[in-house]
Amino acid sequence: MSDPVHEALDHRDPEGARVGMWLFLLTEMLLFGGLFLLYAVYRGRYPHEFASAGKELSHVFGIANTFVLLTSSLSVACCLTALQKGQKRLCMTLLAVTALLAVTFLVNKWLEWGAKIHHGLYPGGPGLIGRPPGEVLFFGLYYSTTGLHGLHVLAGLIVLVVVLGLVAVDRVTPDDHVLLENAGLYWHLVDVVWIFILPLFYLTV
Amino acid sequence: MHIVEYRTLIVVWLVLVGLTAVLVAASFVSPALAVLAMLFITPTKAGLVLYIFMHLKYEAPLFKIMVLVALATLVIFIGMTFLDVAFR
Repeated sequence: MSDPVHEALDHRDPEGARVGMWLFLLTEMLLFGGLFLLYAVYRGRYPHEFASAGKELSHVFGIANTFVLLTSSLSVACCLTALQKGQKRLCMTLLAVTALLAVTFLVNKWLEWGAKIHHGLYPGGPGLIGRPPGEVLFFGLYYSTTGLHGLHVLAGLIVLVVVLGLVAVDRVTPDDHVLLENAGLYWHLVDVVWIFILPLFYLTV
Repeated sequence: MHIVEYRTLIVVWLVLVGLTAVLVAASFVSPALAVLAMLFITPTKAGLVLYIFMHLKYEAPLFKIMVLVALATLVIFIGMTFLDVAFR
């Protein structure tokens, strides 16, 4: 341990890097947890308005995007297994698949939001003016929660593409893959948050 | 370094998709059943992703303690907010 040459050659700490990533992800959980709490309190206050506003959301988009994210979680998890087994090509293919699924999610979200905005259902929009406050609140929470989640999907997509490049040039290797692990952890968290968004906004109202 | 086999990951994915199907089916039966399904199925799904996909099962106790502390903080936060709102 006191050998300076040895220390200079090997000062990696993958476990420390993962602890750091987990700490960051826990702050993300508290961030979204705050939004879900806000939702729960307002839903308790305006149960009927939340129910009638929630019926206007598209089940199909919500459920389809759930399937997309669950599958992308599988592909990014398999991607780490592939690299650990030394299957670099498979790992890169799976990373590309995950990135494509992220794009699919964002396109779906764009179509879904586009349809809502077309009907004037946005904060201050003609479709919401004159509606009861509970319904306006529901759509406000819908846009802020899915919007913040969408930003996380976009950030995750960028991270996935960067890591794909790093695997390609052998900067992320079977022996040194903590960057891929941490990118995967981030992507899984995006999936976990959506697991809660689906029933709260699309299914139980 | 722990390698999680493809088979394990695919089984977890199948369970996640199956649980989602149950959740969706419950929401078409009745609103009460939808809420009940959400309260049980959603944390189970999230737990599976954290435990297997995110390798929490294979990490040192420190990781599990960190996650528990964060979740406990969130639960206290939610519980105290509802106590506040309920008895205002």
